[in-house]
Amino acid sequence: MRTLVDALTSAVRLLAEGDAALLEIVGLTLRVTGGALLIAMLIGIPLGAAMGLSHRLPGAGLIVPLVYTGMGLPPVVVGLFVYMFLSREGPLGALGWLFTPTGMIVAQSILALPLVVGLTMSAVQGVDPNLPLQLRALGATRRQLAFTTLVEVRGGVTAAVVAAFGAIISEVGAVLLVGGNIESETRVLTTAIVLETRKGNFALALALGIILLTLAFVANFAFYRLEGRGRSR
Amino acid sequence: MARRVAVVFLLFAILVACARTGDRPRVLRLATTTSTYDSGLLDAILPVFEARFDARVEVVAVGTGQALALGEAGDADVVLVHARAREEAFVAAGHGIARHDVMYNDFVIVGPPGDPAGIVGMATAAEAFAAIAAAEATFASRGDESGTHSKEMSLWARVGLDPSGRWYKSIGQGMGSTLEFSEETSAYTLADRATFLSQRENLTGLDILFGGDSIADNPDSSLRNPYGVIAVTPVTPGVASDLAERFVEWITSIEAQELIGGFTSPGGETLFYPDSEAWHSR
Repeated sequence: MRTLVDALTSAVRLLAEGDAALLEIVGLTLRVTGGALLIAMLIGIPLGAAMGLSHRLPGAGLIVPLVYTGMGLPPVVVGLFVYMFLSREGPLGALGWLFTPTGMIVAQSILALPLVVGLTMSAVQGVDPNLPLQLRALGATRRQLAFTTLVEVRGGVTAAVVAAFGAIISEVGAVLLVGGNIESETRVLTTAIVLETRKGNFALALALGIILLTLAFVANFAFYRLEGRGRSR
Repeated sequence: MARRVAVVFLLFAILVACARTGDRPRVLRLATTTSTYDSGLLDAILPVFEARFDARVEVVAVGTGQALALGEAGDADVVLVHARAREEAFVAAGHGIARHDVMYNDFVIVGPPGDPAGIVGMATAAEAFAAIAAAEATFASRGDESGTHSKEMSLWARVGLDPSGRWYKSIGQGMGSTLEFSEETSAYTLADRATFLSQRENLTGLDILFGGDSIADNPDSSLRNPYGVIAVTPVTPGVASDLAERFVEWITSIEAQELIGGFTSPGGETLFYPDSEAWHSR
């Protein structure tokens, strides 16, 4: 109980003081998670929409379960694969991305992508079946059809983005393996929490956890407002 | 209403079923450092204690910092760690009953075989550290307040340096991960010899550049790494605390000390040397 109170007070104090090391960690967390989310959205939303709209998806019986499996990818396994690809002895070793934020973004993009694809696909599949018919009758191109459908199901697309964001900002397995938790270089909130716990600084670890949750709440609040504004228009 | 009660009862029953695993022997929770566990030492010697005292030892292998924190919170019954000053502070603060010497090994400086900072052949570890800093050769630090990290910081202090910069990577991970990181990035690091030797076959890109082939060849006696055992002061006196004191007596006994001294790496090297009072006065 004492630890909990200590944690809350030190979380507030760290935030109020604008602790430089903390700001650096928060900044990198947002950069890595934001970068990965952006990549996953740019690839995943069009891909999910295309899959959801096509009536006879080639190999659907295999692809859809594969995407669903991908939605539950264990971060540590993804981290291990990316590590082995980026390792000096691996096929992409020449890039020098291991233990860098770029490598972390690669790993988190892979984690986020199936979530964005899978949930966008189900959202698009759930649209009123008359809408595509009407749009086609009005002479919409495939691209216009996809765009209008996505606007129509934007709540579902937001859910896809929110789910992917939540999954990657909170994961520790992939960023620890691929990033290496280097102070001032690749240390993010989750790896800092693991480290402070290992040191026995439970209150500080918990304080960082509270900051992580606050950050997630602020981000989700922003997503919610963005979607809400789109809806009221 | 009846259904709601039934649901609550069912949830409770599931919890109880998951928690119970039949009649259990007495349990002793040992918080220790990753080196004693990763090297395989505990797996080799603990079964003897368990059979003798009809007990089960649960090992929590963490850094020295967390091991002591577990003891302080009463979440561990006995700690086996290697950071003498902090162990003594732990006992002085009343968290532990007493500290006893158990065994020792030593630290070595490992690094890329090319030795860019040219530390091979130096007389002291501090000199080697100064050379690494002067060359700004990549150095990986545990950075986790473990016993190894404490030793590393004391060496920097002896050089009069507060290491920072792009060459100094504080990664806050265990010994095994830090060695992997060092191999991958061609970095120097301070390692306990036991962990390095037990993982050596996966670390072909690293050599011992300071510390010699065995503890007897280590030119710097300050790199000696003593392990201590402390029975945690019980919050409420009970079975486990009695067992903790039996454990301290056992691991410092001649019998256990012989087991420790006889334990070797896969390559046949001795990893830990007996150091208890009973051993020295045998």
